[in-house]
Amino acid sequence: MSAATKAIEAGQIWTFPGGIHPPERKELSNQTPIAPLALAQEYYLPLKQHSGAPGELLVQVGDQVKAGQALTQVGANNGLPVHAPTSGTITAIGPGIIAHPSGLADTVITITADGNDEHIALEPLADYTQISRADLLERIKNAGIAGLGGAGFPTAQKLALQRPLDYLIINGVECEPYISADDRLMREHAQTIIDGTEILLHIAGCEKALIAIEANKPEAIAAFEALLDKHPQLALRVVPVKYPSGGEKQLIQLLTGRQVPSRGLPIDVGLVMQNVGTAFAVAQAVLQGKPLIERVVTVTGENVEKPGNYWVRLGTPVAYLLEQCGFKPEPDQRVIMGGPMMGFTLAELAVPVVKITNCILVPSSQELAPAQDEMACIRCGACADVCPAQLLPQQLQWLAKAKDYDGLDQQNLFDCIECGACAYVCPSEIPLVHYYRKAKAEIRNIAREKAKAEVARERFEARQERLEREKQERLERHRKAAEARKKAQAEAVAQGGDNPQDAVQAAIARAKARKAAQAAAAQQENKEGDDA
Amino acid sequence: MTVLTALIVFGVLALIFGLILGFAAVRFRVESDPIVDQIDAILPQTQCGQCGYPGCRPYAEAIANGDEINKCPPGGQSTINALADLMGVEAKPLDSAHGEEDVKKVAVIREDECIGCTKCIQACPVDAILGAAKQMHTVIAHECTGCDLCVEPCPVDCIDMVPVPVRPDNWQWDLQQIPVRVVESSN
Repeated sequence: MSAATKAIEAGQIWTFPGGIHPPERKELSNQTPIAPLALAQEYYLPLKQHSGAPGELLVQVGDQVKAGQALTQVGANNGLPVHAPTSGTITAIGPGIIAHPSGLADTVITITADGNDEHIALEPLADYTQISRADLLERIKNAGIAGLGGAGFPTAQKLALQRPLDYLIINGVECEPYISADDRLMREHAQTIIDGTEILLHIAGCEKALIAIEANKPEAIAAFEALLDKHPQLALRVVPVKYPSGGEKQLIQLLTGRQVPSRGLPIDVGLVMQNVGTAFAVAQAVLQGKPLIERVVTVTGENVEKPGNYWVRLGTPVAYLLEQCGFKPEPDQRVIMGGPMMGFTLAELAVPVVKITNCILVPSSQELAPAQDEMACIRCGACADVCPAQLLPQQLQWLAKAKDYDGLDQQNLFDCIECGACAYVCPSEIPLVHYYRKAKAEIRNIAREKAKAEVARERFEARQERLEREKQERLERHRKAAEARKKAQAEAVAQGGDNPQDAVQAAIARAKARKAAQAAAAQQENKEGDDA
Repeated sequence: MTVLTALIVFGVLALIFGLILGFAAVRFRVESDPIVDQIDAILPQTQCGQCGYPGCRPYAEAIANGDEINKCPPGGQSTINALADLMGVEAKPLDSAHGEEDVKKVAVIREDECIGCTKCIQACPVDAILGAAKQMHTVIAHECTGCDLCVEPCPVDCIDMVPVPVRPDNWQWDLQQIPVRVVESSN
């Protein structure tokens, strides 16, 4: 065993550069147990709630569905299914607002609940070690599980990568202020999370898992400590409080001292990471056969009367969720999906809760001041001090404003995790992350355009070639037809038939004779005239 | 005598080096990317002909032969800048005689009005229209370059150029950055 591995085994905690300590404000929502939420009238289910292609529709308007019934299937594009959150009727399938910062519409299935909340029959699995790895992955995929930590990457796809693994890391850090969904889940369902972790270990073919929890969650730590004695392949790691220690690359650095290479994946350094919520969902899907139809959502902020954590069915409109929690909006109330650092302001409250929604934040204007006017950069360098990815935020900002995309690439813009630490410390209130997101979108767009232009060029050239070929073929056809005609004539002559050429020659001879006769007659006339 | 020796020596040396250089020029020839290919790579490949040439490649050849670089409306200012960079000339504004820079568009056939004349199919430079004589035609939207060339030949005017819709996956983070504030005047 190498010295580095020994240090990891011994529980050493490394550090990562930068980071900030914003007010945590988790006590607003983490005091009460996760409460169930009464059923809503209508549910809106976007087909795409994860990163990747949407699944293929299985239902149509008017269909009756039961809770847990698949509405889409994996299909040709390798999408991720979504399931009916409760029983009811499908009343619409079409464009509807989705949980996205743009506030744009995408395909959404609307289910009008019948209030009976009938579930489909589940297929529990007694012993998951008896079935193959591929079947387990299929089961996780069909349950519609995507990473519940925020990025929404399909879990089965992540687990399907077969590379040697040193550790599976279960991320229970939840470093973003206000959010306590994972905290409450760990306190109340530690055993299920451990079961899920063991299933993930089994599928990944990995020996050992590290469960990381931030030091500000003593109850969750105690819950795991009480259970981990019976699970020698799991180890608990308590990480110090700092934002963004729950970032994938940052947590890897904290627990193992390894750095994920630029544009690489954790699997490149022999690691794979899953969120505690994902481990919970995997346990439910594999052991009970339960698809992902609900998740824990933190509803918090000073402008809700009953902040706390709720079991929310996917597709529940945010407006209904807030109404149930005692929403008291102030003028120009902002509602943020996600946390204060990485979340986005909702354009409308009809937006549904989706797989990646971990928090709905309803701040008063005192606790979270609205964005101020941007001032000029004073080059103080505070942003560079706090950047966890060791980038130069201020330099990136200049380059983004100048649209210098090559320069941004040289400064490794795509290593930015958009944690918002730089914008948090900026004394000039520059919305730095916004500039990076915009620049990233533009760079992706340019790449897409370039690929499209390449295809257009190929198609244009193929067409030119085709036209040229068709022209040649046409000429060739004409030539052959002429030859065939000549040949047919020659054959006809050989067989003693009339040669059309002879007729022509005869006509020419006749014409010549006539001309000669006319000329002779004229001469004759002239002579006679002279004589007279 | 010494002068003659020197002349002979230098003459022979010059011959030897000349042979070596000549051989090297042939043997180690660098296959550089011809300038036309580089220009063609910058052009947007809409094949619209607004520059006056029948496609992007012919225009690339014209630029290589000294034509103006500001005749490509679909590429817009960014293409002009890239061309100026490559050709080492001054970037200039788009020549409005060839058209204005516009949002990206895609052709859409109003299918119930189509009479199946195939004229648009023949006009499409990238074979992005599907159909046959007396059969309805349709545009393969993701292959369409928005060149406009199919609109004019259509005898029943059933082709519309519609702007490419903004979807969540190609959205450019155009959040309203500075909201307009109404400042009431004091007098």
